Amino acid sequence: MSNRRDFMGMALGGFAALGGLGALYAAKRSWDPLPSVKSAGFTTIDLASAKENELVVEKWRGKPIFILKQPASTPKSDREIVINGARYLVQIALCTHLGCIPAFDGKNPEKQRFKCACHGGEYDSAGRQTFGPPPRPMDIPPFKIKGTSLVLGEEGPEYKKMLADGLTTKV
Amino acid sequence: MAHFDENAKPFSAKWLEERLAVSEVMRVLALEYWIPKNINFLWAMGMILAATFGILVVSGIFLLMYYQPDVKTAFDSVNYIIMTEVGYGWLWRHIHGVAASVVFLIIYIHMFTGIYYSSYKRGREMIWLSGMLLFVLFSAEAFSGYMLPWGQMSYWAGMVITNLFGGFTQDFAGGIANFPGFVEWLRGDYVPAQAFLTRFFMLHVFLMPLVIIGAIVFHFASLRIPHVNNQDGDNVDFEESAMLYKNGMKKESQVIPFQPVFLSKDVFVMGVYFILFFYLVFFHFEFAMDPVNFDPADGLKTPAHIYPEWYFLWSYEILRPFPFNFGLVAFGFAQVAFFLLPFLDKSPVVAPASRRGLFNIWFWVMVADMIALTVLGKLPPNDTFTPMGKVAASIFILLFIALPFITKNEKKA
Ligand code: HEM
Ligand code: FES
Repeated sequence: MSNRRDFMGMALGGFAALGGLGALYAAKRSWDPLPSVKSAGFTTIDLASAKENELVVEKWRGKPIFILKQPASTPKSDREIVINGARYLVQIALCTHLGCIPAFDGKNPEKQRFKCACHGGEYDSAGRQTFGPPPRPMDIPPFKIKGTSLVLGEEGPEYKKMLADGLTTKV
Repeated sequence: MAHFDENAKPFSAKWLEERLAVSEVMRVLALEYWIPKNINFLWAMGMILAATFGILVVSGIFLLMYYQPDVKTAFDSVNYIIMTEVGYGWLWRHIHGVAASVVFLIIYIHMFTGIYYSSYKRGREMIWLSGMLLFVLFSAEAFSGYMLPWGQMSYWAGMVITNLFGGFTQDFAGGIANFPGFVEWLRGDYVPAQAFLTRFFMLHVFLMPLVIIGAIVFHFASLRIPHVNNQDGDNVDFEESAMLYKNGMKKESQVIPFQPVFLSKDVFVMGVYFILFFYLVFFHFEFAMDPVNFDPADGLKTPAHIYPEWYFLWSYEILRPFPFNFGLVAFGFAQVAFFLLPFLDKSPVVAPASRRGLFNIWFWVMVADMIALTVLGKLPPNDTFTPMGKVAASIFILLFIALPFITKNEKKA
């Protein structure tokens, strides 16, 4: 008798576990970002109107994007995007520590800084961390150059090279 | 065979007794639930917490009737509709805000009372663990509630705290403990947005309160067998004392029944508490209402200073002064450290800290350090305060490492 009851117990437990796993998977998927959220992930921005040493803030995937046309006096960096000889620093304006927006300080174009008020992090003119808790430079969003515009969200060859060189991390 | 008196009047005492055993339930749960006499007002904190939770639920229900969990309308539904249009809407909001803040003050007093009187060991481990579970649940409840007005602090606190779940940095151990995708999954978006608001709304008004109620029931159940401790840590013989009390020898007995004797004292302390509570609600509610959160959420502008509500400051300050990975470990440790207390305290002595030698020093250094961390957590990070924060946070961690050693050779006082 007990054998038959054991079997019933195991059969019931097995199906219940299977159903539980299925429910868990469904629950996980319900928390996933919606397709509409994912597909809204592309933005085109025109760089032609940017002025030297003047910070422009755009929005991509709800995140602020810093666009800074670098004056000649700013030290060159391999984290810049160069279009027709003009140098642009384009990065996601969220501190890599915990995500506050750092403030731009361009008073001295030779020594621009980004300062994060949240926990005191600082970045240099190329967005590399120089002080405080930020663990890595500000991220460069995936971009593709189209004339004088950038399509954010698409991975062009210049972006892929930066990734390969370890100058930014995938977002 | 159950016996039902055919002639009993419906809903009369006898009729109810036969169906629900009301008096038996009352006897077991209240009339013969014994509390030592040798306690003080600090033992009323538990019931004050239960009452404050009740107030949070009631005021929350009224807020819920007009609140709109939509990123476009949430801010106005709170700051305009509830605050200016709904009759007495401001009252519910101020009660809810003040109670959410004060409940943490009482939780900390309740916790440190437990630590001071060694009420977390000798059979009381499950009381302690379920209490800590309540602390974590209340923290999650407070955080999710803070998202709802969708002001600047809601948005940026949501950003910063969910980022903590991204794990360690990518350069740590080849990035095996780095999960940026998990952060987006939690939020349901790349940044806090509609999906984020609606899911935290669900957590705040339904799932967390439900789990909290379950945890409170469990916390109460865990008190049943060990009973509450007392001012001297005496190992009271509850059965004998209860016998004495029931036989009319109330003077000789060391205990009193929960209902009506203990409760009447509890209700007195609660009365004093509620006078203070409503004084705050009517005249000083602003301490619970951060002015920064009266600006609507803006994903393109971070407030000059981001800081959590006062009750999270100490653990925030254990995260903040350190480099990223270490800060995360320290912060994680701070969240669970108090869970370990019954196992790190190696002394069998149950007595107030004042009679426990080194432990007394440990206790007061811990209290002072948590206050220091709380103060530092509110100050801006700079060359003076960041190193001070590092010291205070290190002391916190070292205190837990030291605890087994300082309690190991404790002599019975
Ligand atoms: C916020 C929800 C909580 C409620 C509603 C609650 C309620 C209570 C009540 C009614 C008592 C019995 C009366 C008393 O000794 O005060 C009690 C005892 C106790 N609670 Fe809590 N509590 C809560 C949170 C906590 C937390 C966060 C801790 C700490 C980790 C904790 C630890 C204890 C301990 C150790 C006792 C036994 C005290 C003794 O034996 O003297 N509780 N709680
Ligand atoms: S979020 Fe910028 S330093 Fe922490």
